[in-house]
Amino acid sequence: MSTVIMLSLVLMSLALCLTFVRLFRGPSLPDRVVALELFSSILVGFIGVVAIVSDVPSLLDVAIVMALMAFMAAIGFARFLERGGPRDD
Amino acid sequence: MIDVIKGGLILSGAIFMLLASLGVLRLPDLLTRMHATTKAATLGASLIMLAVALHFPQVAVVARALGVILFIMVTAPVAAHVIGRAGYFVGSRLWDGTVKDELRPNYDPLTHELKSGQEVPEPKAESPPVSRGE
Repeated sequence: MSTVIMLSLVLMSLALCLTFVRLFRGPSLPDRVVALELFSSILVGFIGVVAIVSDVPSLLDVAIVMALMAFMAAIGFARFLERGGPRDD
Repeated sequence: MIDVIKGGLILSGAIFMLLASLGVLRLPDLLTRMHATTKAATLGASLIMLAVALHFPQVAVVARALGVILFIMVTAPVAAHVIGRAGYFVGSRLWDGTVKDELRPNYDPLTHELKSGQEVPEPKAESPPVSRGE
């Protein structure tokens, strides 16, 4: 079990790194918003695995808040894009 | 037994997340990137939350984990739709190999007006008055 958890943590860390490359390079703002959403999804998975390892079920609340914040951020960025704020991409 | 199921769920969830991040890194276009991230990342997070629900025996925790799954499944399409719409309006470039963009001929980017659905319906041919036998 511990090897499986270690392997999955490594895989998700790798996924975070790859997503960060897109977040850094992303040619336009929507690309970066997509990368941020993927970030939060991977973090929800991370928090779930950590909750399993450490046997602390309260960590699930953190996951809920994480998902909620990501959704709100996506909606807010989309509104900002459609209303036409200052951009430099 | 339950450990094996849990391990399988966690591992497959992590692999799906890695696939999503590979897609977001390698695909050429905003819409194709979104196509990679929304589905694969949602499935990955849901699988891991399912493993959490199997791990903890308390009812409250299981309900919370299933609530996370439900929330992710409900919000991911909405967020993807909103971001895709905003990206199209902002004018993010499509991939060079894009075969078809059905929105372009029907849509005015300045006034945000969509032509489809605005057509004036053809007036129906006058049907002769039905005469009933006396």
